[in-house]
Amino acid sequence: MLKQCEGSHAVAEAVALCRPEVICAYPISPQTHIVEGLGEMVKSGELKDCEFINVESEFAAMSVAIGSSAAGARTYTATASQGLLFMVEAVYNASGLGLPIVMTVANRAIGAPINIWNDHSDSLSQRDCGWIQLFAETNQEALDLHIQAFKLAEELSLPVMVCMDGFILTHAYERADIPTQAQVDDFLPPYEPRQVLDPAEPVSIGAMVGPEAFMEVRYLAHAKQMQALERIPQLADEFKKVFGRDTGGLTHTYKADDAETIVIAMGSVLGTIKDTVDDMREAGHKIGVLGITSFRPFPLVAVAAALKNCKRFLVLEKSLAVGSGGIVATDVRMAVTGMGLKGYTVVAGLGGRAITKKSLATLFEKAGRDELELVTFLDLDWKVVNRQLEREKQTRRSGPAAEAMLRDLGTVASKIA
Amino acid sequence: MSLQPISFYQTGTFTVGNRLLAPEDRSVQANMQRTNSLNSGHRACQGCGEALGARYAIDAAMIASKNQLIAANATGCLEVFSTPYPETSWQIPWIHSLFGNAAAVATGIAAAIKIKKQKGQGGDTRVVAQGGDGGTTDIGFGCLSGMFERNDDVLYICYDNGGYMNTGVQRSSATPSSARTATTMPLGPEPGNPFGQGKFVPAIAMAHEIPYVATATVADLRDLEYKVTRAMGMRGARYIHILVPCPLGWGTASHDTIRIARLAKETGIFPVFEAEHGEVKSALAIRRPLPVEDYLRPQKRFAHLFGKNPAVETIARIQAQADKNIRRYGLLETETR
Repeated sequence: MLKQCEGSHAVAEAVALCRPEVICAYPISPQTHIVEGLGEMVKSGELKDCEFINVESEFAAMSVAIGSSAAGARTYTATASQGLLFMVEAVYNASGLGLPIVMTVANRAIGAPINIWNDHSDSLSQRDCGWIQLFAETNQEALDLHIQAFKLAEELSLPVMVCMDGFILTHAYERADIPTQAQVDDFLPPYEPRQVLDPAEPVSIGAMVGPEAFMEVRYLAHAKQMQALERIPQLADEFKKVFGRDTGGLTHTYKADDAETIVIAMGSVLGTIKDTVDDMREAGHKIGVLGITSFRPFPLVAVAAALKNCKRFLVLEKSLAVGSGGIVATDVRMAVTGMGLKGYTVVAGLGGRAITKKSLATLFEKAGRDELELVTFLDLDWKVVNRQLEREKQTRRSGPAAEAMLRDLGTVASKIA
Repeated sequence: MSLQPISFYQTGTFTVGNRLLAPEDRSVQANMQRTNSLNSGHRACQGCGEALGARYAIDAAMIASKNQLIAANATGCLEVFSTPYPETSWQIPWIHSLFGNAAAVATGIAAAIKIKKQKGQGGDTRVVAQGGDGGTTDIGFGCLSGMFERNDDVLYICYDNGGYMNTGVQRSSATPSSARTATTMPLGPEPGNPFGQGKFVPAIAMAHEIPYVATATVADLRDLEYKVTRAMGMRGARYIHILVPCPLGWGTASHDTIRIARLAKETGIFPVFEAEHGEVKSALAIRRPLPVEDYLRPQKRFAHLFGKNPAVETIARIQAQADKNIRRYGLLETETR
């Protein structure tokens, strides 16, 4: 059914159609509307047989999810930013124990300085936590990926994060095609746990593992992610058969076949990038796009295949590996090892900084002429940065940096380059 | 019922005397059907109070739940000594997740059970969460308070040995005043834990007005079994705080665990009571009041109080704490039960 609705609402509807049995709710922007939406559906009876628990922290949210999943219930929660960081210990525990929890991450920057707007720092900080991480480009894809996520998680006994850009997607009203219960039931079988806390068949879960087996247990987690590499494209095919839509998969390309320059990105910014590429194509630039849906497992082979005919690639990422450069770019470079490609890392859109077509066009043209630095910070206000660096050089007690930089900037509208 | 009421202290050990009782009054441990939920062969230290307390508590919970019980365990001694895989001592479904989240994991299990039952896919399984004092009063306190506040259907059992014994005897917020640990020594002029610090979580649990809060010691295992059974007869959040001496951390002889626990109760330093919805309902009376010195002296963690120049003032302050407990919980009044 077509519906004009908020991204969060679309996701809440998708999750409800998956018949979750336990939902842990804790408020954090920009995720909150999702659990609120689910709460309303529990209250109205639209979502039956579901325990909705208001927990006291994100650490508790994931811990309650661990308990309910281990006791055999299909379990869902959602978080963002500081919330994801607050639950990190339990996030690792959930994947280590092999519990197929599905969690939405409404991607948001991490403080300090505190910032509620979108970038990918939160989920990318959990790169190695053992969860599968799928990134949605649109609200429709966010909706669809949740349905695929439950199936993938439960088949592999691994937790899945569905990452969607905070505000840009979660709060955007768009058309969404909301499936029927029959379609979802057809696609997603009931949860059959691989392990369950059951008095009829008592097991101990969570024992200490020493050096004699720790490597093997950890390798198994890696092996499962490699299985996910196979399953994710298959699930996208199965999904298409039931729902008639192309959604998910590991990667997708756009005008990439004859492209000399390929721009790589994740999430909603792909829309702006494609628009920019359309304009540049008209002007004769041989440029294309590679969108990465599955960040974990990282599709090394698919990325290499997509880049095999280009001359250069540019990874535009909403994250910063402080002291190094890019996070996604590092993985892409590994994928293209030995291919002799020029590669550029562009850090963009941190903390909600708008990424405009104008800035992208200038950037891509520069990349096409191979005039980019290895690492570029898109639309960085060097004046503000340099002034603060100078202040710190001059004065020992230069005071809190963020506040000084804001003072230098004065009262301005939200930064649009 | 037997004609003459039996007071278990008459038998000297609080645990024997089952021959004198009608079968229904006998202890869980005397029951042939007991489940040995925490089976023998685990790796607790000799004289471990926690192992003893956990065995009695979980077996009692098993009988009360007709063997339909799941346990969530915090990281700590109990977790480590019971599951050196492939040798688990647990005969019940058991999960260890993290140090600070046992209460929340139990909440999740209870939620899953509720939904499965509602859907006709599961029975009336009950949930126990358990941890040491570090996992309960310190790092797990947020999750514990959350579970209490939501009144989730979980019995949480804290085995309190007054410190982080698993990591080598460091201070927790349950370490008593003046007790020496590896990390109290840097603080203040004395090697022991400073006065005016620490918290008594049973009182905080009562402040949540949950259905049931009780304290117990491993000296009176019948009382412990009674309290677990009573707690299992209720729904909602329940809390039992058991004092479990630790020979390693307290510097006591392995064979003195029961004696030390009894001295804690008989001196009033550890009040043994039960409370419902935030109000104390009964307390185990002290039979023959003893000075706290009797409790402190056998423990090496208090040895610094008793050298050539005994710390008379400090001992008096500890006595004052015991006296306050005696007043607050009415420990010198006639036994009510």
